[in-house]
Amino acid sequence: MPKVKALPAKLRRDLYRSMLRLRLCEERLVELYPEQEMRCPVHFSIGQEATPVGVSAALRPDDYAMSGHRSHGHYLAKGGDMNRMFAEFYGKKTGCASGMGGSMHLIDREAGFLGATPIVASTIPIGVGTAFGSKMRGDKKVTAIYFGDGATEEGAFHEAVNFAVLKKLPVLFVCENNLYSVYSPLSVRQPAGRVIADHVRAYGIESLQGDGNDPEEVYRMSMTAATKARRGGGPTFLEFATYRWLEHCGASYDNDLGYRSKAEFERWKKKCPLLRSRKRLLKDKIVTADNLKNIEADIRAEVEVAVNFAQASPFPDKSVLFKNIYAGSGDG
Amino acid sequence: MSRTLKVTQAIGEALDIAMARDKRVYIMGLGATDPRGLFGTTVGLEKKYGSRILDMPTAENGMTGIATGSALVGMRPILMHQRLDFALLSMDQIATQAAKWCYMFGGQQGIPLVIRIVIGRGWGQGPQHSQSLQAWFGHIPGLKVVMPVTAEDFKGLLLASIEDNNPVIFIEHRWLHNISGTVPKGYYTTPIGKLRVVRSGKDITIAATSHMVLEAIRAAESLAKAGVSAEVLDMRTIRPLDEKGLLRSVRKTGRLIAADTGVLQGGLASDLVAIASERAFKDLKAAPRRFGQADCPVPTAQNLSPLCYPTASDLATAAAEAVGLNLKRLDLPRPAEPRDLPDKSFTGPF
Ligand SMILES: Cc1ncc(C[n+]2csc(CCOP(=O)(O)OP(=O)(O)O)c2C)c(N)n1
Ligand SMILES: [Mg+2]
Repeated sequence: MPKVKALPAKLRRDLYRSMLRLRLCEERLVELYPEQEMRCPVHFSIGQEATPVGVSAALRPDDYAMSGHRSHGHYLAKGGDMNRMFAEFYGKKTGCASGMGGSMHLIDREAGFLGATPIVASTIPIGVGTAFGSKMRGDKKVTAIYFGDGATEEGAFHEAVNFAVLKKLPVLFVCENNLYSVYSPLSVRQPAGRVIADHVRAYGIESLQGDGNDPEEVYRMSMTAATKARRGGGPTFLEFATYRWLEHCGASYDNDLGYRSKAEFERWKKKCPLLRSRKRLLKDKIVTADNLKNIEADIRAEVEVAVNFAQASPFPDKSVLFKNIYAGSGDG
Repeated sequence: MSRTLKVTQAIGEALDIAMARDKRVYIMGLGATDPRGLFGTTVGLEKKYGSRILDMPTAENGMTGIATGSALVGMRPILMHQRLDFALLSMDQIATQAAKWCYMFGGQQGIPLVIRIVIGRGWGQGPQHSQSLQAWFGHIPGLKVVMPVTAEDFKGLLLASIEDNNPVIFIEHRWLHNISGTVPKGYYTTPIGKLRVVRSGKDITIAATSHMVLEAIRAAESLAKAGVSAEVLDMRTIRPLDEKGLLRSVRKTGRLIAADTGVLQGGLASDLVAIASERAFKDLKAAPRRFGQADCPVPTAQNLSPLCYPTASDLATAAAEAVGLNLKRLDLPRPAEPRDLPDKSFTGPF
């Protein structure tokens, strides 16, 4: 790779801070989940923080993002409200989906996060649709669509990419390749030697691979893609290599199951996006150890506020059960 | 010879027997060979049958067509989805291709395809992981649709489904997976299209599907204590529907409560009531009643989701009303708490 100009110090600090925010948020949720008060399936992205953070930093607040089942990071990095996210996990009235959806159904329209749903690949065409709408309206907004390696196997993905290329739509297809779909490695799902980005390039889309555990690289690639998209240059497919630390669904580790090796896990843990960033920031004197402590303390305080907000919030009123099935039939 | 097995073990045994008996049988599904093995039902099969059990790309629609194609040339695929909601991606292949293949080519070839589909509820599964859409499949001529309840039937109906030369949708309720029951050893089949009389009675018929059979049994027990004799039917198959069996019971009792896991409109409970009303009208002594999932998507919130599911108490109350029993004489069964987990007080056997 050619030597690139260093990013501004503030941006580098912000990227780190945003990643730490996702990590501490999820670590707290992991601690609380066994209390069985959050009664919904959860898919954590610990280890995968760099991708959403880098992508979001390249987006404008009014750009759009959509995601799937593993969406906490995508939501938070885009500016989704933390209090309302926690409340959603607890199934509370104050949740971002009013307690109707739980962890797999995050939304914050004010932050441009238009929705995450857990049917694999289902939001990929929907995200292409928001970009299509943007193009027709001429609003200059870009849509980032997050999905995993597994989602690239669904027909809906291929149909959607084709249309995005055909109409030169302002889309960032963000594929977080963490090597697994649940417990199924790529080797049982795709031919040996397949590089997803190469494969997708055949649709006539600019298609790139990046280090999904390096927020600065993710940011640069996303910024280039977003700028191009905004100027009418069409979509980009970005494949980011990363790794999920916890079990597919739930708050525990699952390396004992034997579907992946301890060695592989340890190798990826060494590539922890936070650890690497922290080292570089210290080395480049972008932060001091004291700065780091303060950042962490701030975030921890913010997370505790969210926990308290969620726990203290009321459950939805029973009367809402049959409201909102059709637009205009609820309280809004 | 019988012994007690959990439903998941009974399913595993059926798969093992089918694969041993017939080399054309093979299994595909997301996670089919992973350590969890489709709720434990396929654990150990890879060791025995190698490449005849395989994981697959996350591509439900395409893989259903591929399974169908392999059936055209003599294979007997079993496809598996861990939630019904995932199978919906393949509705064209199921309803418009596989289901019609035999008929639209003048009966030349059936499609021996089994699709295991898991339905369920609980733990905040939410709007996209708790649909109970058996009626969608039941609506399609050319498909057979079974919904077993007991471990014995899970095994017998799965073996019958695998042997059937038509596409069979085999629907498993997750809350039945851990319930045990006596299961005969070795090979046997349970006929598709025949209901099972769970307990016989003379005052009222409660015809139920899948997990609702458990609620019906509890309702019947509490009715019995109040002197009301309820006949509980486990419909087992929803296409073809055992109309004769239903009518025989309704003609005897003169009253019907239909309880399904899906919503009422266009659903199975409606069909059962329609059949009874059309064909046994003059035998009816009270208006039939329907119970099913609430007419809304199932929300995640723990205080709301239980409201979507009718309970034994609802069934018992309706039965009491139908027979004119003073509700005060009825000791209503209480739903087990917490209501978003399977009832631990009943783990079988029946
Ligand atoms: C259509 C569909 N099929 C199967 C599933 C079950 N499922 C939930 S998450 C998941 C894994 C998808 O893997 P990937 O896209 O790589 O995302 P990751 O979990 O690795 O982030 C699967 C198969 C689903 N939700 N939807
Ligand atoms: Mg993955």
